[in-house]
Amino acid sequence: MSKAIYALYNDDEVMVDGAKSILSKNIRIKDVYSPFPVHGLENVLGIKWTRLAITAFLYGLTALTLALIGMWFFMIQDWPMNIGGKPNDFLYQNLPAFIPITFEFTVLCAAHGMAITYLIRNKTLPGMKARNPHPRTTDDHFCIEIDRAENAGMSDDEIRTVLQETNPVEIFEK
Amino acid sequence: MQRESAIREPLILGDKSYHDITEDVCAPVEGKANKYWYIVFSISVMVALWGVGCILYTIGRGIGTWGLNTTVDWAWDITNFVWWVGIGHAGTLISAVLLLFRQKWRMAINRSAEAMTIFAVIMAALFPGIHMGRIWMAYWVFPLPNQFGSLWVNFNSPLLWDVFAISTYFSVSLVFWYIGLIPDFATIRDRAVKPISKMAYSVLSFGWTGNAKAWIRFEEVSLVLAGLATPLVFSVHSIVSMDFATSVIPGWHTTIFPPYFVAGAIFSGFAMVQTLLLIARKVLSLESYITVQHAEYMNIVIVITGSMVGVAYLSELFISWYSGVEYEGYAFMNRATGPYWWAYWSMMTCNVITPQLFWFKKIRRSLIASFVLSIFVNIGMWFERFVIIVTSLHRDYIPSSWSMFHPTFVDIGIFLGTIGIFFTLFLLFSRFFPVLALNELKSILKSSGENYKKQH
Repeated sequence: MSKAIYALYNDDEVMVDGAKSILSKNIRIKDVYSPFPVHGLENVLGIKWTRLAITAFLYGLTALTLALIGMWFFMIQDWPMNIGGKPNDFLYQNLPAFIPITFEFTVLCAAHGMAITYLIRNKTLPGMKARNPHPRTTDDHFCIEIDRAENAGMSDDEIRTVLQETNPVEIFEK
Repeated sequence: MQRESAIREPLILGDKSYHDITEDVCAPVEGKANKYWYIVFSISVMVALWGVGCILYTIGRGIGTWGLNTTVDWAWDITNFVWWVGIGHAGTLISAVLLLFRQKWRMAINRSAEAMTIFAVIMAALFPGIHMGRIWMAYWVFPLPNQFGSLWVNFNSPLLWDVFAISTYFSVSLVFWYIGLIPDFATIRDRAVKPISKMAYSVLSFGWTGNAKAWIRFEEVSLVLAGLATPLVFSVHSIVSMDFATSVIPGWHTTIFPPYFVAGAIFSGFAMVQTLLLIARKVLSLESYITVQHAEYMNIVIVITGSMVGVAYLSELFISWYSGVEYEGYAFMNRATGPYWWAYWSMMTCNVITPQLFWFKKIRRSLIASFVLSIFVNIGMWFERFVIIVTSLHRDYIPSSWSMFHPTFVDIGIFLGTIGIFFTLFLLFSRFFPVLALNELKSILKSSGENYKKQH
């Protein structure tokens, strides 16, 4: 027996209304696949907003610290040089000249760190297999996934009847 | 469902459905290229090869093959570098700044503008590389532990800031572009019938599934990357301008440079986007998505930034007189009336005078006029960099060392070659990559599509 039942829709609004009515019948929705971000869907499904922005901040903070420590070591501690008479006894004296690279390095690490975290969290990496249930969910169709194990109290026919009422173009199992 | 005011012109013309958008954007990728594509591609590749030949010649023989002399010791190399970096500013500006401002018209143009950015920055990065003379020592620009005791790079120098700025800008733009491409590659993957293209796009799409949480993360990443890229765009060209502004050469030593260079970069970048997209919309039949309205919006940005550049030129000129610094005053008199007057006045005409025609709505909405004027801007902005660099150098403090710059065939070959490489890359992009952010476009179809707007 297959693990999940899917309902396929050809319109985002019909799908969102469908999701609402499925949830009101106490059927749990495992996931929804769509070709583009459907706004407001996260509230219907009760999905928590992502914390990726926080990770970007933390990567940026790390980079900022690293850049300042690095430049302090290179230019003040390890090999101080008289460059155009710029004072370099302490970091704060030479700091104005270090701001551009501190900024660039912060952006570099925040952006790349967040992008890598994003790819890992989404399980999208080179060589990964696609897991969308129907090829048209990346084109113009929207798909609701109902996991059998999550809805053990419901029979197949009950689930199918509820899905049928939401005007899908197709119901299939996989 | 979000609705949009009826007075706003639709951004997607015609009776389009979600599926039509997929079909229209995937058509160039799935179909065969036409005759014109092959003709233009062949020419670009030939020009590119000539450029590569000249680059290899430079690397083999040294930069003595260029027309530099002891007075004008920096000329076309840095001119081309700044020109390409400037062009590379529109892509990230369009996708990042316009995303933060929630401008929906960006969606039709951001993908190709970002591609253009990446290719332009590659062309730009080439010049500092080869102008070092010994490119195999290019890694010396990074602070690597070394056997000289360890002697570090100079973090006080704008040239080093440039290394960090350009590499950050390039790699962040690349990541921003690619993250947007992943869902669109998935669309092509799920439609592909031939096994080779199926495999290629499976790898490129990283196994994208498009589930609800993935899209939430996608939106968050796009937003935060846009927030990071926006100050980056401004910082990069400010730093490029500091290569000049922190020196003591009259004509370079100007505090107005950072904002003036940033405005100029946006100006030239939008002009290049305009040039490329007006061709692309015709060749790839994307008239429903890249509309006259889009061209008009870009023309508005061009006329605004062009006027900012114009104000900068005039204030520079005024300050050179008002400051009472005779060297500064001479540098500017020499620019306008000296032996390089023709370069100065080409710059003035192409950057300040002709873009003012865009104040007329008829001209702003005429595609032919937009195309011609965008070429003018491209030429004018190249002359701007040439004027700043060469005219400030060629009349030294000692009249006996005054000289002129004469480009050799290598100078010309490398410059034209980078244009060839740029177009080769762009043409390949237009054949194998989705040129519009097709999945993002679908999200505005119901609010900004012509057929949906008529129903409400």
